[in-house]
Amino acid sequence: MRKTGTENLEISLLLDAILKQYGYDFRNYSQASFKRRIKAFLNKKGVDLISELIPRLIHDKKFFESLLHTLTITVTEMFRDPPVYKAIREHIVPVLRTYPFIRIWHAGCATGEEVYSMAILLEQEGLYERSQIYATDINSDSLDTAKHGTYPISAIKKYTSNYHNAGGDKPLSEYYHSDSNSIIMSSDLKKNILFSPHNLVTDSVFGEMHLIICRNVLIYFNRTLQDRVLNLFCDSLVRKGFLCLGDKESLRFSNIADKFVTVGSREKLYQTKPSTRSSHFEAGAGAILSIHETAGVNRRKSRSTQ
Amino acid sequence: MNYNFTSNYQAIVIGASAGGMDALRVILSSMPNDFPVPVIIVQHLSPDKPDHYLAEYLNNRCNLNVKEADEKESIEAGNVYIAPAAYHLLVETDRSFSLSVNDKIRFCRPSIDVLFESAAEAYSTELIGIILTGANSDGAEGLKTIKESGGLTVVQDPETAESNSMPRSAIEACDVDHILPLNEIPGLLLAATMNNQNRLTTVSRGSIRHANPEGGSDEDQI
Repeated sequence: MRKTGTENLEISLLLDAILKQYGYDFRNYSQASFKRRIKAFLNKKGVDLISELIPRLIHDKKFFESLLHTLTITVTEMFRDPPVYKAIREHIVPVLRTYPFIRIWHAGCATGEEVYSMAILLEQEGLYERSQIYATDINSDSLDTAKHGTYPISAIKKYTSNYHNAGGDKPLSEYYHSDSNSIIMSSDLKKNILFSPHNLVTDSVFGEMHLIICRNVLIYFNRTLQDRVLNLFCDSLVRKGFLCLGDKESLRFSNIADKFVTVGSREKLYQTKPSTRSSHFEAGAGAILSIHETAGVNRRKSRSTQ
Repeated sequence: MNYNFTSNYQAIVIGASAGGMDALRVILSSMPNDFPVPVIIVQHLSPDKPDHYLAEYLNNRCNLNVKEADEKESIEAGNVYIAPAAYHLLVETDRSFSLSVNDKIRFCRPSIDVLFESAAEAYSTELIGIILTGANSDGAEGLKTIKESGGLTVVQDPETAESNSMPRSAIEACDVDHILPLNEIPGLLLAATMNNQNRLTTVSRGSIRHANPEGGSDEDQI
């Protein structure tokens, strides 16, 4: 017997509970994938009904954090989709080179593999010393993994292959050391990376970036939320700044498509048009707000309106 | 084979694995260019094949427009959509696509189960689900969900499949409506969509001749 009708009601109540109790807003996530994750969580915890999650998450923060983890975990790998890194070297690096100081935002960095990939690319191009990378994610467990930069050794073959296909010259092993189980990214690579929580749904602009990388995050959002996030990115870019999306994502259906030119269509690389200006930053001034101030602002706001 | 279908099917989902490229070619090459229902396919792909390989291969051998599914794209008749490699393809209840890179299900991404289960929720009784040749058990649970949602379930006869374990798993998992050799599947699909509302409107430009019981004939314009 299908219980789709009541399931949708239960999900709506669940979303409301999460928003009101913890300030996380999942109402505009793509529903089909979200529903699958909820059901997988029910199975894992041996719970029958979606609505049974509600009292537990309200009264048990650890339980909620475990749910949050399931809802926001994503999969990544080093130099994922190697042609994109090649295209970044070809089209974006020459422009980055002209700046005295480079700010790059990895939005939705997950466990950090792509962040370290970018750090390696910058190092090889001689740009790392003047770069600051901001790596943010909603999932704090993923961020912890990213900060440590420790990955299973079983993945190294794939990573090395991706790295070479992305145009890497030095051996990848120069950037990590390993023990029997894992590879650990070199601390030199971590120097100019700041890892921080940030929620693309609720948090705001925290700085003016030369390049924003956000790959396979927007696919989890519905069109309304995609527009919100893309506008946030637009407001976070310097004049003629770059945006890099996931290989199946595009600006095509968004309400800000006309603010960008396509730099690499297969690689989903975009650049803001000269006429596009962030509504946040005065011309010429590149203010960096505290990322910790902006993260969680709206979360505190929504809790106080109960 | 005489079929008597009364349902108004709005989508067809197909799952295939080893041997699927050929099986899909057989089915799709038989579709007329006004086939009134969208077709959505998960074919387990080898990671070393170039992008869009399968879509191009089938597009050259089929009257319908075969393409990779784009995320947020509206699902429409006249098209055959292929799940992109390394992503799960899902159907939203507003009948558009979404993608995910969640964990592999039974070591598969794209997963047939993921497509079938989300399509069952979006289309319920208006869905036809087909499992073809394959060497694993992906799709069995998904087909069962389609059956439970009131959709029509079809499996390629394992005796005729290049790899029979996927059809066999599907048959074990659910009470399949039709188990057919590959070359009979197009006939079933055409019969099932004969009464489809869309077809009526696309045929409406022409006229229908009725035999008048009193002799002569009337011409009706729709």
